[in-house]
Amino acid sequence: MDINATFIGQIIAFLILLWFIFKFIVPPFSVAIDARQKKIAEGLSAADRGQKSLDEAKARAEDVIREARDRANQIVDAASKRSNELVEAAKQSALTEGDRLVAAAKQQIELETAKAREALRREVADLAVKSAAKVLGREIDPAKHADILGKLATEI
Amino acid sequence: MAAEHGAEHAAPSATDYINHHMTHLTVGEGFWSWHVDTLIMSAALALLVMFVLGRAARQATSGVPSRFVCFIEIVFEFIDNLVGEIYHGNRKFLVALALSLFTWIVAMNTMDLLPLDLPANIAGAMGYEHAFWRVLPTADLNGTLAMALVVLVLVIGASIRAKGLGGYGHEWVSAPFGSHPVLWIPNIFLNAVELLAKPVSLAMRLFGNMFAGELLFMLIALLGLAAAQASGIAFGAFFIGQVALATGWAIFHILIVLLQAYIFTVLPIVYISMAEQHH
Repeated sequence: MDINATFIGQIIAFLILLWFIFKFIVPPFSVAIDARQKKIAEGLSAADRGQKSLDEAKARAEDVIREARDRANQIVDAASKRSNELVEAAKQSALTEGDRLVAAAKQQIELETAKAREALRREVADLAVKSAAKVLGREIDPAKHADILGKLATEI
Repeated sequence: MAAEHGAEHAAPSATDYINHHMTHLTVGEGFWSWHVDTLIMSAALALLVMFVLGRAARQATSGVPSRFVCFIEIVFEFIDNLVGEIYHGNRKFLVALALSLFTWIVAMNTMDLLPLDLPANIAGAMGYEHAFWRVLPTADLNGTLAMALVVLVLVIGASIRAKGLGGYGHEWVSAPFGSHPVLWIPNIFLNAVELLAKPVSLAMRLFGNMFAGELLFMLIALLGLAAAQASGIAFGAFFIGQVALATGWAIFHILIVLLQAYIFTVLPIVYISMAEQHH
């Protein structure tokens, strides 16, 4: 328990240890740990950047998908509109064609009717002339009585 | 341990046993005597610390460290953070100081956990019967006071570096009471007490704790001595008593080993950072 020269030896031992640790232990550890801290910080910020760019890419992809969907809807809309138009147009043209056919048929019928009437009239006129001739017992010159015949024909 | 000791040699008394374990292997006379055991144990442990830390420092890398390097790095970072919390400034030297104190004191304190009679048995096996050999350098006041004195010098050095020789001298005569010449003597007296209290309390605290711990191990070992002289139930009781108490105290002592090293590491850093600031 007494203080003696051991004290001096212990001071020397401690100073040597202190010098050794200051000179050879602290610097490499400081350097290594600082470098690793920097590396980790860089890694973390890189991860942050990656996350951010991933988010951006996701947002961009969503935009593209939304745009594509809109565009698809537009195309579908346009197509259905166009098909409606086509159907409408076809209907319209069918109607007009029908009308035209009906009109033509009517015209034809009128024409035929007129022709038939004319033929009938002529026949009636002939008949009238013939029956008149029979009644009168002589020939009636159609040329001479053309005016009467014509008047008759128009009256029928 | 003690039982073997007691059995081999005709029953030493308890006083003899304790005295034997309390005596340093000493050469020289008066002040110029050397505690060979303290010197060799502390130097060997310092070399061990240097070797282990040096190995780790050589392998230190900013990449992935090995388990061994990782362990040393944990210790290093623990000390580094400890110093960084207390001292704001370039702390490279203080980290070295704290690391030296912590690792060396832990290594020396741990010697207390060695079996009490191991050195005597080794010496006996080598042909030196009843050799004195105290394994615990921190239970020698020379060992703790040496570290404390280095700390004292560093505290004074830090003060002078921070305030200049004039500023430090002025602080001695003018603080804490005031700069009136009548107050110089009390100021100087109080500063001397304040300054010397630091190394003395540091050295005495570590020495006291380790000395008491060692003494308690010796007292527990006396149970083994008693067991060697008893027989039957008494032998069993003494034997189990020694094993149980020594185990319990050793486990608790691990805490003291680390705690005392921690205290002796933190306080010098606190003293030095205070020396650069106050008054």
